[in-house]
Amino acid sequence: AQYSLSPCYVSLALYKCLYGRAHPTNLQHHRHYTSGESSGAAKVVAVGLVTLGSSIGGTVLYAKWDPKFRTAVEKNIPYSDWLLGMALGPNPYSPVTAHKKQVSKFITPKYPTTPPDLTTNPLSRIASLEESLASSAKTTLQAIGAQEAALQAIGSHTHKLKEAMEAEVPPDQKSAQWRDLETALAERRSTVNDAGAALLKARDALDSLRSVIDKAKESKVAAVQPLVLAAEENLHSMVVDLDQAVTKVQSAESEAKIVSQYTELVNEAKRQFQKELSSLTPEIQANWKGLTGKLSADDLNALIAHAHRRIDQLNRELAEQRVREQVHIEAALEQQKLEDQKALDKAVHTATQHSKEEARLEQERKLSELREVMEAEMRTQLRRQAAAHTDHLRDILKVQEQELRSEAEQVLNSKMLEQETHYRQLTQEQLDNFTLDMNAAYARLKGMEEAIDSHVIAEEEARKAHQLWLSVEALSYTLKTAGSDLPTKPLESAVQAIQDSCCNNEFALALASALPEESLRRGVYSEASLRSRFNSLRSMVRRVALIDESHNSLYQYFLSYLQAALLFEEKQAMPPTQLTNEDLDPFKLLSYASYCLEHEDLELAAKFVNQLRGEARRVVQDWLTEARLTLETRQVVTLLSAYANAVGLGTTQAP
Amino acid sequence: MADEHGRKWDRCLADTAVKTVTGISVGIVLSVLFFKRRTWPVSLGSGMGLGMGYSNCQHDFRSPYLLHGNMVKDQ
Repeated sequence: AQYSLSPCYVSLALYKCLYGRAHPTNLQHHRHYTSGESSGAAKVVAVGLVTLGSSIGGTVLYAKWDPKFRTAVEKNIPYSDWLLGMALGPNPYSPVTAHKKQVSKFITPKYPTTPPDLTTNPLSRIASLEESLASSAKTTLQAIGAQEAALQAIGSHTHKLKEAMEAEVPPDQKSAQWRDLETALAERRSTVNDAGAALLKARDALDSLRSVIDKAKESKVAAVQPLVLAAEENLHSMVVDLDQAVTKVQSAESEAKIVSQYTELVNEAKRQFQKELSSLTPEIQANWKGLTGKLSADDLNALIAHAHRRIDQLNRELAEQRVREQVHIEAALEQQKLEDQKALDKAVHTATQHSKEEARLEQERKLSELREVMEAEMRTQLRRQAAAHTDHLRDILKVQEQELRSEAEQVLNSKMLEQETHYRQLTQEQLDNFTLDMNAAYARLKGMEEAIDSHVIAEEEARKAHQLWLSVEALSYTLKTAGSDLPTKPLESAVQAIQDSCCNNEFALALASALPEESLRRGVYSEASLRSRFNSLRSMVRRVALIDESHNSLYQYFLSYLQAALLFEEKQAMPPTQLTNEDLDPFKLLSYASYCLEHEDLELAAKFVNQLRGEARRVVQDWLTEARLTLETRQVVTLLSAYANAVGLGTTQAP
Repeated sequence: MADEHGRKWDRCLADTAVKTVTGISVGIVLSVLFFKRRTWPVSLGSGMGLGMGYSNCQHDFRSPYLLHGNMVKDQ
């Protein structure tokens, strides 16, 4: 089946492991299951669901156990936070809430109480006090002003009314007066209203001030109290003034009322009179005050009669009134008394209140003064105490200072000592190091100097060797300058050069001085010239071969000449390594020597030639000396050059 | 050095010749003068000349080999 369910196979394998083939039925069982096509899909779905559920459950469980994992999951997988929140509750470690908590924690401690509560802020208290005081003072002043204005207005109105009532002014001015009166009345009304409003405002302000003062009194700050006291006093005075103004106004009003009543009565009387007058004289409608020449005599009479009648009536009324006067007066007195009493009570009440207030204020003032005094006293006492305390402290501090100073000095000294020793040590070390370094450097310098010197010496040596070599080369070159038959240049200069160049080289000097004088003075012959000379000498030697010390007559000469003519020897015969007696024959020697000369062995040739005896020897003596000279020189030069080469080799440094 | 031999020979021959001639001439003179033109003084003279020359020559040639001794008297 394509539904290769791995768990199934695993369990299959497991079964196989565990039970081997003992339970084929199980296998069959499984195989039956695996081979079933219809149950395969269901199995897939079931397994898928189980897997999903187990993964989700596992995630949830692990998130419950590890909050960091939970936050990670919530961050990465959307809607997981909803699921996890549902399953486990809110995440205690979520970064957002933590942030919020932090934020709230940060915000809340700053403002634990509501800002407008200024109980703990005396300055603002004072400010509010002052402000309310100022405002209330303003309003009170305004009220008082209004009251005064009202008073004025009332007074003026009353006065004007009185004037209007009593003054006998000509009728044409009466209307003006009445108009004035009306304006005054209107003014009075307005001012009274204003005063009333201002009074209300002032009372409100004073109430607020009182409340503020009360609130201020609750504060325990001492600096506020005198201000509060002052404010209270101000308040009291304002209240008093206000009340005074109000009473004044009220009295004025009462007076005005009386006057107005009076005016009303007067007006009524006037109206009555007018009515009567009009009833009497119906034609005259106009203001009787304005009339002057319009009335006739009858009218006047009627008027006078009416007036008389009216006067009688009034007199009667007056008498009646006088009679009732007492009663009226008593009643009025009673009323007045009552009113007075009321007013008195009120006044007393206000006065008592005022006095109470004053007393309280006085008390408070006294209290504050006392408090101030007390506080001053206390302050002085405290100051004294503080002074004593400071003295005591000063003493103690002095003592302590001494102690500490000594201690510190000790410590300082010890530290200084330590530091000094350390410093000394360091300096010593430094010095030592420096000395060491200097020594090392000096040694190195010395070494270097020596090396340089030795180098210089070596160079010098090399130069000298070079020079020597050069001079030796020059010398050997001079050897070559021998002409065919001429000697070389005198070697003197070259030798001089050598001697100059190796002034402190004994060996070379010795060698240089070992050169024979002749070569120095005259130069030496070259080998070729010697060879050629020898060839010419050879015949001579042959001719005098027989001549020696004993045989040297002319006859011998003749014989030797004969021998030379007749004897033939080899031109050149190779000399044997060892000479025998026979080899000492001149002719043989000559041939040997010739052979050697031909083979450029001058030395051997000279040796052979040296074996000649007798006259032959005498004949070749010159040649022999020359040859010897040449040989010597050559030997010396060879030695010198070898020496120079050796020295040069020795001094040249291999690259 | 070899020239000396030649020189010696030259000298020798010249000397011999001179002596011989001188001898001859003396012989002639003597023969003419004293010996009545006989030839024997000439030959004598020539012989003496030759001999002297020869002897000189020999001596010349020998000269290197001749030893000269000096008597040292005990004093």
